[in-house]
Amino acid sequence: MLDVLQRIRRTGIVSEPLPSAEVVEREREQLQASLLAVLGRALCIRHVDAGSCNGCELEIQALNNPYYNLEGAGIRFVASPRHADVLLVTGPVSVNMEEALLRTYGATPDPKLVVAVGDCGTCGGIFGESYASRGSVSKVIPVDITVPGCPPSPLAILKGILGATSRPAR
Amino acid sequence: MSPSTSPVKALSLPANVRARRLLAPEQDQWTGMAESMKAGGAWLLALWATDDRDRDRRFRLHAAYLLPSELVVVEHALPEGTITYPGLDALFPVADRLQRGVADLLGLRAEGGDERGWLRHGGWPEAFFPLRRDSPATARFPVVSVAYPFIAVAGDGVHEIPVGPVHAGTIEPGNFRFSVVGEKVLRLEERLGYTHKGVARRFEQLAQREGQRLAARVSGDSAVAFSWAYCAALEGLTGITVPDRASALRALVLERERIANHLGDLGALGNDAGFAFGLTHFSRLKEDLLRANEQVLGARYPFDFVVPGGVARDLSGEAPRALRVQVDTLEHAVVELRRIYDEHSGLQDRFREAGRLDHELASTLGALGLPARASGIGRDLRVDQPWPPYDRLATRLATRTEGDVAARVQIRFDEVLESIRLCRLLLDRLAEGRITVEVPDAEPDRLGLGLIEGWRGPVLVALHTGPGGTIRRCHSHDPSWQNWPLLEFAILGNIVPDFPLINKSFNLSYSGQDG
Repeated sequence: MLDVLQRIRRTGIVSEPLPSAEVVEREREQLQASLLAVLGRALCIRHVDAGSCNGCELEIQALNNPYYNLEGAGIRFVASPRHADVLLVTGPVSVNMEEALLRTYGATPDPKLVVAVGDCGTCGGIFGESYASRGSVSKVIPVDITVPGCPPSPLAILKGILGATSRPAR
Repeated sequence: MSPSTSPVKALSLPANVRARRLLAPEQDQWTGMAESMKAGGAWLLALWATDDRDRDRRFRLHAAYLLPSELVVVEHALPEGTITYPGLDALFPVADRLQRGVADLLGLRAEGGDERGWLRHGGWPEAFFPLRRDSPATARFPVVSVAYPFIAVAGDGVHEIPVGPVHAGTIEPGNFRFSVVGEKVLRLEERLGYTHKGVARRFEQLAQREGQRLAARVSGDSAVAFSWAYCAALEGLTGITVPDRASALRALVLERERIANHLGDLGALGNDAGFAFGLTHFSRLKEDLLRANEQVLGARYPFDFVVPGGVARDLSGEAPRALRVQVDTLEHAVVELRRIYDEHSGLQDRFREAGRLDHELASTLGALGLPARASGIGRDLRVDQPWPPYDRLATRLATRTEGDVAARVQIRFDEVLESIRLCRLLLDRLAEGRITVEVPDAEPDRLGLGLIEGWRGPVLVALHTGPGGTIRRCHSHDPSWQNWPLLEFAILGNIVPDFPLINKSFNLSYSGQDG
């Protein structure tokens, strides 16, 4: 066990700030200040995949890596829409996810914000509108802010969340 | 391999691997071929159908069989006016879901098969078949909520736990129905199809030279594998040879995709076993890799890097050295983290024996790719059927026999280190020259295939061409089709709290199977 702890400790120091880490840090501090001003507490996010190709999920997951330190900025992902302030919705809204998305939206307490993530969530992306796809999140639930990109970078998603929180919530 | 009845006609089949196309005009030839394929050790890789009523008033079925040294597509035209066919599910269990998919999209039904919808939930009417040529592209329908008849387990003290489709983490949607006694899982039934967004129909609206963009988005985490498979099919059809530099860059990016996904999984597997340190460190390494991608390839996830005829962007003069340094640093860190994982008794205690899938069951179910290799099925297209540039790389196979979470973790470690070795080889030997060649329109009414070993396993793209550079039909197949049913077996006898760990050890694509 001691050996493991020593390795953990040694490996832990390997972490070095990358050149762009400074930028991330600045964004993060800005975000934190803004959140405290608006909410006065942590921001809780519920992610809903409404037919994404899973590319956006990869970048949302990246937000939880140590570089972005999302929880340190006062943002956390929660397991239930009942606990959420913000819904982060990806995908063009497949018809098979429409009902689940509507129910998730309904289960989220007011006031709430919706961020549509990715080209698909914003405008349907390459999938567009079809028998199987509604063609954007806003066609199914009200959207406060969109984050285009395929997939958008973690920083772009972070900025989207910041943009949403600086607007009055529904 | 000969069919049980009269000889079948063989056609050439352009592909990046050795492939044959056999016509089985009679019904007993279709089933006879399936039997002889099974006897010859073939896996059923994919099943799709085409609506050819505009040409000869028939529907056609296409079954792709994967053998250790080649790919065989058997084609059977249904008699005019017929919409049922003999199913293959008795020989190949995976055919059950594949046939249900065909029924939902084209209205062709396997005799005696499960009649529950798989891709169709209630988003379009039962009498609407999206891939039939007379189904209008403008059709839109309101969702009609339909209950799905899960199979119930009867018995004292048995209760059900419904999970999904919206899950607790940042993952894709799917529905799991557990039947449990206490904490022990008696049965798991999956219901998928939630992310079905009409990929196959959408392909038909794209030109041949833009289809790779959609292929990349069949399953975003396998974007390079799918876009390469698509381009390989088109390049085979047009007789194009990709420049050496371009094929080396494709392999480099494919291996980086494999590394990125494996790093993410290794971190998440540690986390799901209560070792958050693993997630922190592996997610850091993954982020380093993505940032290096952005610097060198212009995108963290190079979705649109592989294009027909080559690649979209060349490496700058300094890039190979920078990538070399990055993979060296990565290798050092992975070796160190692997030792920590291996020596952490608490972690190994959770990994070992969890979600075990033995060799026999994995073979019966037709397991593909990573989980197959963890259950002693030593198949990897890069090794068995190497296409350029893998024909010059001598990729080393990673296999384990235990078939548990621990084995799937070890396969990932082995493969990350092997991919790092391949990246180094590719960078050291990188040829000078062009990165792309012009690709003409493919001739109409032909079929081409692309088969690439992605990080999950083999991904297939079957491209049927139309006139004037159009796509008549394009079928994409993710190995998750084969591997989702494995999870239903691997979980049996385990406890519910181990499900996230076991599920993550497979890490299957919802989008890739839903289409």
